[in-house]
Amino acid sequence: MTKIVVVTSGKGGVGKTTTSASFATGLAQRGKKVAVIDFDVGLRNLDLIMGCERRVVFDFVNVIQGEASLRQALIKDKTFPNLHILAASQTRDKEALTPEGVEKVLNDLRSEGFDYVVCDSPAGIERGAHLAMYFADEALVVTNPEVSSVRDSDRVLGLLASKTRRVERNEARIKEHLVLTRYNPARVLKGEMLSLEDVTEILAIPVLGVIPESTAVLNSSNAGTPVITLPDADAGQAYDDLVSRFLGEDRPLRFTTVEKKGLFSKWLGG
Amino acid sequence: MALDWLKFFRTEPKNTANLAKERLKVVVAHQREGRGRGPEYLPKLREEILNVVRKYVDVPETAVNIQVQNEDGLEVLEMNIALPEQRRS
Repeated sequence: MTKIVVVTSGKGGVGKTTTSASFATGLAQRGKKVAVIDFDVGLRNLDLIMGCERRVVFDFVNVIQGEASLRQALIKDKTFPNLHILAASQTRDKEALTPEGVEKVLNDLRSEGFDYVVCDSPAGIERGAHLAMYFADEALVVTNPEVSSVRDSDRVLGLLASKTRRVERNEARIKEHLVLTRYNPARVLKGEMLSLEDVTEILAIPVLGVIPESTAVLNSSNAGTPVITLPDADAGQAYDDLVSRFLGEDRPLRFTTVEKKGLFSKWLGG
Repeated sequence: MALDWLKFFRTEPKNTANLAKERLKVVVAHQREGRGRGPEYLPKLREEILNVVRKYVDVPETAVNIQVQNEDGLEVLEMNIALPEQRRS
């Protein structure tokens, strides 16, 4: 059965697309058949983070409006053939997304036998964000340990609990997961940053992963390779843990406490 | 006066994270008011319980407060019934 997972946050710039790219790639690494869809019509970016921007011929809106078939528009990942990307349109406006159109694409992906459809939500709570979450079975709520991000995440949780098909159909609630990104344990220790415990206490949803603030994230986006594919990067390892946890594996949280490193081990790069 | 000036120059380590947490708690509590967070039967449940309570105690419309909260993935139904102050003579 196909599971639809929305990656959402309300606030922009907190790591939704980074998370979508690594989450989808991680599922594909584990042999799942995955499609990842960019819902940010007009401001597409997932293609860049996935490194397939030059291979976009048809996009999500083309498929919805019947100008291309789903198969034509799905871009097969270079490394993982079971991973497919559906880019957002760069030229159309958000009105091009319709509930019927989105539903049809999702149903077609279902009948194509996809295990997971990852919906990369745009920032905000407007049409694109609404449609990205509307059909979801589970939600990754991406949050930075920062007041405006936490507040926006709480807003989004309110929408997930009221404005989705599962709610309208009286089905089981969307399963919500917290993904705390840009976490800096040293600053938490100094009392300069909200801790994981602070954020989970306020948002009251279980944590799926904590991604440390990391230079690897910018490096990987520069190169167009999802950070999860870099096994030496702390953020990559954190995303790897996150995907395993999502699939039910028990993995303790890492990178949430300050590592005491001697100068010597720093020199050794250990 | 001189002491005040000293205080001004001293860099006191402020725990801004705690400040953030307290501010967020207030903002989020406000945000959650009137949010339909919980099953659809909630208003009806509230009304029926109010009617039952009113059989025994004279309470105002606002006496029964029901909320569904999500704690560590568990849904908790929290109910508060405020009884009027009793006058004992």
